Amino acid sequence: MLRTFPVGGVHPQENKITAVSPVQVLPVPSSVAIPLSQHIGTPAAVIVNKGDKVKTGQKIAESRGFVSSNIHSSVSGKINRIDSVIDTTGYKQTAVFIDTEGDEWMETIDRSDEIVTDIKLTSEEIIKRCLESGIVGLGGATFPSHVKLTVPAGKKCDVLIINGVECEPYLTSDHRLMLERGEEVLIGVSIIMKALKVNRAMIGIENNKKDAAGHLAKLAGAFNGISVHELKVKYPQGAEKQLIKALINREVPSGKLPLDVNCVVHNVGTAFAVYEAVQKNKPLIERVVTITGKSLSNPGNFLVRTGTPVIRLIEAAGGLPEDTGKIISGGPMMGKALSSLDVPIVKGTSGIILLPRDESVRSEIKACIRCAKCVSACPLGLEPFLLMTLSEKGLFERAEHERITDCMECGSCSFTCPAGRPLLDYIRLGKSNVIKMARERLVKQ
Amino acid sequence: MSSTVLITIISLSLLAFLSAVILYFVARKFRVFEDPRIDEVQNVLPAANCGGCGFAGCRNFAEALVRAETFEGLNCPVGGAEVMGQAAKILGREAPVVEPLVAVLLCNGTPEYRPRTSKYDGAYDCRIAHSLYGGETDCSYGCLGLGDCVRACLFDAMYMDPVTGLPVIIDNKCVACGACVRACPRNIIELRKKAKKDRKLYVACSNCDKGGPARRACKVACIACSKCFKVCEFGAITIENNLAYIDATKCTFCRKCVVECPTGSIIELNFPPRKPKAEVTGETVKTTPDI
Repeated sequence: MLRTFPVGGVHPQENKITAVSPVQVLPVPSSVAIPLSQHIGTPAAVIVNKGDKVKTGQKIAESRGFVSSNIHSSVSGKINRIDSVIDTTGYKQTAVFIDTEGDEWMETIDRSDEIVTDIKLTSEEIIKRCLESGIVGLGGATFPSHVKLTVPAGKKCDVLIINGVECEPYLTSDHRLMLERGEEVLIGVSIIMKALKVNRAMIGIENNKKDAAGHLAKLAGAFNGISVHELKVKYPQGAEKQLIKALINREVPSGKLPLDVNCVVHNVGTAFAVYEAVQKNKPLIERVVTITGKSLSNPGNFLVRTGTPVIRLIEAAGGLPEDTGKIISGGPMMGKALSSLDVPIVKGTSGIILLPRDESVRSEIKACIRCAKCVSACPLGLEPFLLMTLSEKGLFERAEHERITDCMECGSCSFTCPAGRPLLDYIRLGKSNVIKMARERLVKQ
Repeated sequence: MSSTVLITIISLSLLAFLSAVILYFVARKFRVFEDPRIDEVQNVLPAANCGGCGFAGCRNFAEALVRAETFEGLNCPVGGAEVMGQAAKILGREAPVVEPLVAVLLCNGTPEYRPRTSKYDGAYDCRIAHSLYGGETDCSYGCLGLGDCVRACLFDAMYMDPVTGLPVIIDNKCVACGACVRACPRNIIELRKKAKKDRKLYVACSNCDKGGPARRACKVACIACSKCFKVCEFGAITIENNLAYIDATKCTFCRKCVVECPTGSIIELNFPPRKPKAEVTGETVKTTPDI
């Protein structure tokens, strides 16, 4: 029997159209808009001015505070302006606009294809390098990696979990990365192991990527302490708490972090980025993005520089199809519909999905008949129908008591609801209000 | 047989008497004193329980009125001066003069001025739309048009205009309870001082972007050019966050700023038509180049 998490979960149609298309390099765009907040935490502070010349990989914004990240230029050229741009959140945020001139990289970056196996840096140096290179979690949450690599005093970590699950339908960027850059990913895993001072790492991969799992398992023989595990195809297998439960059978208590059960979870994409940062001294300026959709003429996986407008990627994939109803950044379950085609690709963009009109329309909202399908689908054992009603009526104290903040917004409830109710929308609303309330309470104390 | 009945009656009567005596003393001992004036004050309040006073309901407000030393900061927006005067008479205090307020919408982004750039098909709720993205237009500050304020209004003083997609406030029904102000996730409804003949003069824009992006998103956006600020002789206009604001307490309704505004974001309502001379200036305004 394959390992999986015990409670809830759904199985949406996989639609992994691009699983067989190798990663192509997207040509450097003529201009990029690099947002200053591509991570969770404090936005970075700009350190360049309008008119400055920058090289590819040059730092253009510096992290402020512990939970923050550096931002580097993904192209070489001249800073056109520092202005606002609509990002994936649908709101404007400050971004550095750069007009590309050639592609001149920083001299410090090793651009050779040679794979560097020896890890020369110490644990502290690795963490410092990750901070310096602006590495964030590439699974989607974009949490600054140096924070997760630092084990606070009093806590201990005995196993590193690497997330290669990619449970979202359509997305294949991690899949291709594992297949094509398997060795680099494994060296990245060893680097993270060294930083965390653990000697055991487990890579979890969903069973629908047998080729990637087989490839990594074969390569892992040469590495100490790394094992590869196949997992059942079930959404959200790739959620942090669910993955921990499935792989090592430990349950992260409500409101706690994986470190409280002595483990840390990193994404395979992050492991690759860590490899490039530590062994090649290359900051996080490009990532693999899946561009897919049933009507696209040339869907595929592309290596894209951050700050590239979404429209450039769509053009590379064969242009915007006539019947496009929605363009989603991220997976179809947790991603967000974009309100503009000029939204830049950021560190956390794992895919761009073009849904045809008939698939993107929301169904009519009908009454809740308490069938409790959402309750059985919730992987955290919450009661989504109740949380929705409480948020709708503004009963946030009660919603907090019902543990609304435990919700990870996987969308299984909305996906499964036969009445087409916008459960997740209201839960998100309630969650943000409860978090605000808790913060105000903290300030008062 | 008859003696059994008799004994039962007597014993039960004794028991009842004894209980009554105990209950009497217990009731005396634990009596809760309630000021009779609370009931009296509550009777003059409008019983709308709208929460406009900041209390949970009219009873709660009546208790607060009786408890308070002065009426400072306490006001029933629904009843206004009349009700507050009656309450003051009952309590033998002086009711402060509170100016009546009225709600205004600080946005004039009709489809004509503010073109739609995306389509929202999520839950019909402003709060949800606001939490998801900037809205169907390029202005991420203005009205979302999903009617949270209208649903919050207990006095039928608001409705959604199907043409403009914006809520309309009916002045003579609005009691300034502030329910719409609290319901709006974008904070674009303001309670302003009510002027005579329901005259209104305000900057109908909430866009804090710089002039260029604001104007691109909406033709009637305030671009903070500060022309109104310069022309105002009464210091009623301030400019902050790329947005002009007219202080209703200082404004004298001279309407010079309306003529001066290059984008037409200052709205004048319920004024008599301008004299011909003013119209000429109005025309010269139209010829000013777009910014």
